[in-house]
Amino acid sequence: MNAPLRRVGVVVMVLFGLLFANLNWVQAYKADEYRTSDYNGRVQVAEYERKRGIIEAGGTPLATSRETGGELKYLRSYPKGELYAHALGYKPVNLADTGIEKSENEFLAGTSDQLFADRVRDLFTGNQTAGGNILLTLSPRAQEMAFRQLAENEKNVTRGAAVAIDPATGAIQALVSMPSFDPNPLVDHDSKKAEAAYKQLDNAKDGPLKNRALAETLPPGSTFKVITSAAALENGYTPSTQIPAGPSYLAPTAGVPIRNAATSICPESQVTLKEALTESCNTGFARLGVTLGAEKLKAEARKFGFEDEELAVGRLNGAGQAVAASRTGSMQTPDGRDDPPTLAQSSIGQNDVRMTPLQGAMIAAAVANNGRQMRPYLVQQQLGPDRTTDYYTAVPKELREPVSPQVARDLQDMMVSVVQSGTGTKAKISGYRVGGKTGTAETGGTNGDQGWFIGFAINSAGVPVSAVCVLLEDAGSGGSAEAARISREIMRAVIADRGGR
Amino acid sequence: MPRVRVAAKSRRNAELGLLLLAMAVVAAYAATVEANLLDTVTLDFWVPIAAVGAVFLALHLVVRFLAPYADPVLVPAVALVNGLGVAFLRRLDLANAAPEERADFAIFSGTGGRQLAWTLASVILAAGLLVLMRDHRAVSRYAYTLGLAGIVLVIIPAVLPARYSQVNPQSDAKLWISVGGFTIQPGEFAKLALLVFFAYYLVRKREVLSLASRRFLGVDFPRGRDLGPVVVVWIISLGVLVFQKDLGTSLLYFGMFVVTLYIATERVSWLIIGLLLFFGGAFLAYFLGSTVGGPFANFYTRVEIWLDPYGDAYGAGWQPLQGLLGLGTGGLFGTGPGGGQPTQIPEVHNDFIFAGMGEEIGLFGLSALLVIYLLIIERGLRAALAVRDSFGKLLAGGLSFTLCLQLFVIIGGISSLIPLTGQTTPFLSAGGSSLMANWLLVATLLRISDAARRPVETGTGPRPSGAPATPPPQLHGATTEVIRP
Repeated sequence: MNAPLRRVGVVVMVLFGLLFANLNWVQAYKADEYRTSDYNGRVQVAEYERKRGIIEAGGTPLATSRETGGELKYLRSYPKGELYAHALGYKPVNLADTGIEKSENEFLAGTSDQLFADRVRDLFTGNQTAGGNILLTLSPRAQEMAFRQLAENEKNVTRGAAVAIDPATGAIQALVSMPSFDPNPLVDHDSKKAEAAYKQLDNAKDGPLKNRALAETLPPGSTFKVITSAAALENGYTPSTQIPAGPSYLAPTAGVPIRNAATSICPESQVTLKEALTESCNTGFARLGVTLGAEKLKAEARKFGFEDEELAVGRLNGAGQAVAASRTGSMQTPDGRDDPPTLAQSSIGQNDVRMTPLQGAMIAAAVANNGRQMRPYLVQQQLGPDRTTDYYTAVPKELREPVSPQVARDLQDMMVSVVQSGTGTKAKISGYRVGGKTGTAETGGTNGDQGWFIGFAINSAGVPVSAVCVLLEDAGSGGSAEAARISREIMRAVIADRGGR
Repeated sequence: MPRVRVAAKSRRNAELGLLLLAMAVVAAYAATVEANLLDTVTLDFWVPIAAVGAVFLALHLVVRFLAPYADPVLVPAVALVNGLGVAFLRRLDLANAAPEERADFAIFSGTGGRQLAWTLASVILAAGLLVLMRDHRAVSRYAYTLGLAGIVLVIIPAVLPARYSQVNPQSDAKLWISVGGFTIQPGEFAKLALLVFFAYYLVRKREVLSLASRRFLGVDFPRGRDLGPVVVVWIISLGVLVFQKDLGTSLLYFGMFVVTLYIATERVSWLIIGLLLFFGGAFLAYFLGSTVGGPFANFYTRVEIWLDPYGDAYGAGWQPLQGLLGLGTGGLFGTGPGGGQPTQIPEVHNDFIFAGMGEEIGLFGLSALLVIYLLIIERGLRAALAVRDSFGKLLAGGLSFTLCLQLFVIIGGISSLIPLTGQTTPFLSAGGSSLMANWLLVATLLRISDAARRPVETGTGPRPSGAPATPPPQLHGATTEVIRP
């Protein structure tokens, strides 16, 4: 009987060998997949073992953590509620995290490589140091102003967005999407409650979870005329160049003529480029676009950041919330020749042209910053758990140089003229050179038009202070003027926050 | 003189040394658990360990006097696993207790406390078996009684109403007898009883089973009428599968029988027949589960979860998936005893204890644990090889292999090597029945290994009385040689 017993011994070895091999598969090869699986609650519990760092802006705490005594030791809370929701994002237990809470998760959680030394020290001291802290570029005053002005707009619009950028650095001063939401219920430790809150927001009318400032694109309307103007100035035009205008313009092969917003606008056959922008002359810009051609117009838009699919707002290394690419549309027939009807429409920001509010602000910022477009960012600093060690401070980076300083100055003059004597007079701030461009875009639906304003303020020393873009969706007539007014309030808040400089 | 003593060495002091080492490991484990869970090591962390240590020591003394030549590795190896089990279950209690109660958690409370009490009882029972059973051959006298008792034990839960036979809300397996809050798992004991019967029956019938055969495709197949017993056991094990809804136990009984049959007859054909029957039966059950459902549905679900662990992640697949995630989270080194979250796995103290421990001791720890188990099984097989009588060989071989098969079924199930079927992890899982039955198994192996290693001449006394003993003649297999036609 010993021979079969020995063979049984071999079978035992084989079975144990299989177990051992399989354990290697599970615990070594697949370990990372299992460890980070969404179904793995251990990760969460471990994540909540350590106090998550604070997110703050201008000394105001925006996201904090407090002890609970439960299995998940710390509860995230957002003291400012819906005010900063779209800029911060949120960090829920089971749902997906978003915004800065997502892009800076590792640093906030204290698990990033940068904080390795702190974790090693913890091993010896037995303490559990908190995660790192994130300082945002937002100006609390501008952010709160933007939020309040949007919420209490005079057109009773329920959807919109506002973005303000420091033109000289690219630092984002305000970022609001309306309607907003209170992130606190979403991070409830009772995941059923959190999920219910999420579902309710997800199904709510007007989509409060959408980040309209970064992720939604809409036809920019006449604000796009700044791009058309830039294309003209770069191709031999000057602000005083006479361009053909008129009460209506029927592009070759087009079925419907383009008209102006009012019969009082540029009825004469020729106006200067500057006058055309000041009054927002549709016929003049449509003709100008057709004359320049689709390639030049699209190239100019790209130089200002259209078609950029890589942009993310967060840190300057590209980590952050993704920004939807703004689009010009084709403006050409399938065989590659210009299509005058769509080209004419596109030149005044209609047809297939789509823009995010951030893109609008970036156009104004580039103009205000003498043609240098800075990379927009939201994270000013990464501070260690001790609040003294500096792990990262934003060093502003140039993103593009869409136009020469000369063209930029011409554009500034033209846009200042819009605010001084044109469609954007509501944006005036005394003591500052304020320039801008209004836009009223038809969406083709039964809803009212989108009201846009993009603009900038330059102080008496010639330093650009702020560039903004305000969007009011379905605002109807007068929407762009209201957008201009809100822009003014936001820029004034920025100025106040900077101590009037 | 010294040479002779070497040949007949009892190695009891080695056993004592290994036992102390095992207890030191368990104590270190318990201390680490407290350091991680309580941030401090309480002054009485060693009390539960000392309690199990004391009873293991008592067992050692019993072995020293009543089975002096028993294998010196068995008791320490089993004590190590058992001790770690107690410490881990206490660790689960601490995790589940309110933070302020953790520091002075009574040693006999909670699952860990109960397991401690069961360990004491089981070891005393094992010692009792050593006292009563001075010669393993004596049990063959009760073979038919035990066989009958085994079958009755298997059948009881199947025929009992679910109220009395289902205690685990996680599964619908009917494996228990539950009366007034007191539950036993008769299958654990049935395993031993049936094995004694198999060994006895096969020793008597092996001649006819191995002699009469038909040759087919180069393999000797038994005659049709000799297939009777194996078919009966196959039907019983399929019955277990159908009525108790438990593939693991069914596989265990069947594998146990086929392997003892193979050891007895040395016929590979039995293994082939057995494997074909089992896989055929399992496939049929899977097929019926997908089409007919009913009693086979459970098995079908298990296979589906095995094929896709994420398929029903929030339903039936939750527990197996959490087990896998626990093992994965542990990775190579584990989170350290007390540093993980094994309580994320439902019922982690039962079937999934291996995954729970795996999270904390990692691949390295689990590999060490597997090696300890392998050592126990290998020592059992070694006793089977060395013992002189056929009954002892079959019994020790069968018991060792049963232990191996049970470990394979549950650990393979947890780590998703095979479809998961409920089984306790020997010496680790919480539960008195499993612990007692497995300690009785160890006591039997100790008794057989004592007989195997005992010098031949000293059958009258426990120790050689100083007379020069000749080395034991190599009689292995001499009386068990199969006469072939």
